[in-house]
Amino acid sequence: AGAQFQLTVPVAVVFAPGSVPGDLPRPLPFRDAQEMEISANLRTSITSRYEMVYRSTTAQEEAALRAATPREADAALHPLQDASLGALTVYVVPETSSLLPQGISVYVGKHRNALVRAGGSLAAFRTRLQQLTQVMSFTASSITTALSDRVPDGRLGPDARRHLKSSLGYEITFSLLNPDPKSHAVDWDIEDAVNRYVQPVLDKLSLVANFSVDSQILYYAVLGVTPRFDKESSSFLLSAHSLPHVINPVEARLGSSAASLYPVLNFLLYVPERSHSPLYIQDKDGAPVSTNAFHSPRWGGIMVYNVEAPPSPQAALPLHVDVDMVRVMEVFLAQLRLLFGLSREELPPEFMVESPGNEGLADWELDRLLWAHTVENIATVSTTLTSLAQLLDKIGNIVIKDDVASEVYQAVASVQSAMAELATGHLHSAFQASKEAVTSSERAFFDPSLLHLLYFPDDQKFAIYIPLFLPMAVPILLSLAKIVREARQHKKEPTKMD
Amino acid sequence: VCTSRFWFNYRHVANTLSVYRSVKRLGIPDSHIVLMLADDMACNPRNPKPATVFSHKNMELNVYGDDVEVDYRSYEVTVENFLRVLTGRIPPSTPRSKRLLSDDRSNILIYMTGHGGNGFLKFQDSEEITNVELADAFEQMWQKRRYNELLFIIDTCQGASMYERFYSPNIMALASSQVGEDSLSHQPDLGIGVHLMDRYTFYVLEFLEEIHPASQTNMNDLFQVCPKSLCVSTPGHRTDLFQRDPQSVLITDFFGSVRKVEITTETISLDRDLAGFESK
Repeated sequence: AGAQFQLTVPVAVVFAPGSVPGDLPRPLPFRDAQEMEISANLRTSITSRYEMVYRSTTAQEEAALRAATPREADAALHPLQDASLGALTVYVVPETSSLLPQGISVYVGKHRNALVRAGGSLAAFRTRLQQLTQVMSFTASSITTALSDRVPDGRLGPDARRHLKSSLGYEITFSLLNPDPKSHAVDWDIEDAVNRYVQPVLDKLSLVANFSVDSQILYYAVLGVTPRFDKESSSFLLSAHSLPHVINPVEARLGSSAASLYPVLNFLLYVPERSHSPLYIQDKDGAPVSTNAFHSPRWGGIMVYNVEAPPSPQAALPLHVDVDMVRVMEVFLAQLRLLFGLSREELPPEFMVESPGNEGLADWELDRLLWAHTVENIATVSTTLTSLAQLLDKIGNIVIKDDVASEVYQAVASVQSAMAELATGHLHSAFQASKEAVTSSERAFFDPSLLHLLYFPDDQKFAIYIPLFLPMAVPILLSLAKIVREARQHKKEPTKMD
Repeated sequence: VCTSRFWFNYRHVANTLSVYRSVKRLGIPDSHIVLMLADDMACNPRNPKPATVFSHKNMELNVYGDDVEVDYRSYEVTVENFLRVLTGRIPPSTPRSKRLLSDDRSNILIYMTGHGGNGFLKFQDSEEITNVELADAFEQMWQKRRYNELLFIIDTCQGASMYERFYSPNIMALASSQVGEDSLSHQPDLGIGVHLMDRYTFYVLEFLEEIHPASQTNMNDLFQVCPKSLCVSTPGHRTDLFQRDPQSVLITDFFGSVRKVEITTETISLDRDLAGFESK
């Protein structure tokens, strides 16, 4: 089915004194809107609309912008707006300002603010502004990736189907694999690490989905691949092309919650055996990987944790190992970000992006996820409802129960509300509406009562009904014929008999 | 899926278990396999070697070993349950192991064996699934993007009729015999008293024994398995719905599981000591 999306992003562009370009079309403050068309396929078109409000700074904002570093400015500016989900504020500082370091012309903060250095022509400024707003909300490729179901295969980028699909919940499992308990007695304080480092990130992501976390320790679980011994570095190496075969033998032992149907993300920490230590992962060029970790899209990640050799060969075994959870969580949380599709790689060099710290992701990165997931949800709902309608057209004798019908109506209403909210720039309510729409449409489509087993081919119909009715039909038809003949004769006789 | 009941259909259970074993050997875990066996041969009172199912006369390999996980057994193997698994219209109380939790990046392998005819496959000697129902079920799966690519293998009499009606994209199908032909069994065992395997599956398994997880063998080789001289029936295949060229499709794309992996190069930086942290 064709769909027209309009995604509206409210952007406020605030000029600090001394930064207003001379060639502005109108005096401040004024409003403007930029529209751009992103077409996914013949029938789905997406219009992105940036509603810009241009104004000058207030006194408080000016005071905040006099901070020494961009980070302090960001922290000071944050409480000054009521930045709702999806809205962005861009502060323009004068070209000569020392707030931004040399060579950096754009600073993206942890929340929904950015600092841009003025300078150059209005057109160059506008381009930089457009680039910035796209980074902080969505790009053409992030939206078409979200719609990967509807886009013909040839036009999809490499990111398609790589990131986690939008789901109502995710189950995260941390597993410690100890193949050699005789040599290493490994202790990891996972509960504390989860509470300290993982929970803040999940709290930030709680808008997106429900998360449940569990952990386990597996003993005698080996990797499916034997690492090579490298004489030069006197360590064991796992080459990049053997990594895909590592996961499967382990997965069989991982287990998952029998009750939950949410996608599972597995994060494995592998402590190599004494005889295979130290173990390093090699990338394609043969260099050891600094994180000693790899991940598989839509599955999870594995990190290898090397234990130092004991100081003397006669040290008592098993060695007690206290895992440094911070190092481990830094990698696992980075992998979690990558699995969700939040990566830092594509930014131009003049951009400086603030690290989100312990929260794991910046507010605008959350917005990016929400834009993509909302669009994905709406597309999924429309595909589901269309195919449900096609199914019911095709098989006329399926009975639709009342609750299925009400779920369908609710799904339609929620989708319409989601699209309306997207068009007016209310990202939060649009996302909530799209989540409700997905829940309702999935419930309707996957209702167990919609199974059809009533296929009767025509020849079977003949084969069943003819032997039943033909023998009965013969005497009936014959006697009907006889009655008709007699009636006709009876009609003729009166005319003959006079 | 094994759809036949009764002791003399021992070979269908042995077929299914052997394919199950090969698929596990090549890396697919139990959580990703739905195994449906319509009857219990290992503990059947007529089994002279209880708790075993053999696929070869030499009785070297007990395909019903210690780690067989049967998801649908005995009377649970019905057309309705099979279609429910495929389309996902399962009652909410069904556990995870009995569901097909696939998404648009999953490659699905469906192997069915039993007694069949022109356009149908017999379940439990009491009901049938027709090729139209199967084609419709696949279309439902495609609509909901429950598969990326699907390989359908069927070892029954007149097996090719079952894939005639498919119309959804990205499906490749193989059958052990054409319409009008019967698929024959391989070898009887006088000790157990029944035929142990079907010919087509036997030769497919011989072929699979040579595949290992990193193997580069492609589908065209699978099509050549079991020529008429060995199989007596003519195996058929259908690739017109499949988008890629069978030459470029690896056997391990369906029978094994090779994941896409990326090296993690980014880390985030965490504050080791959080001021004002409260334990929950």
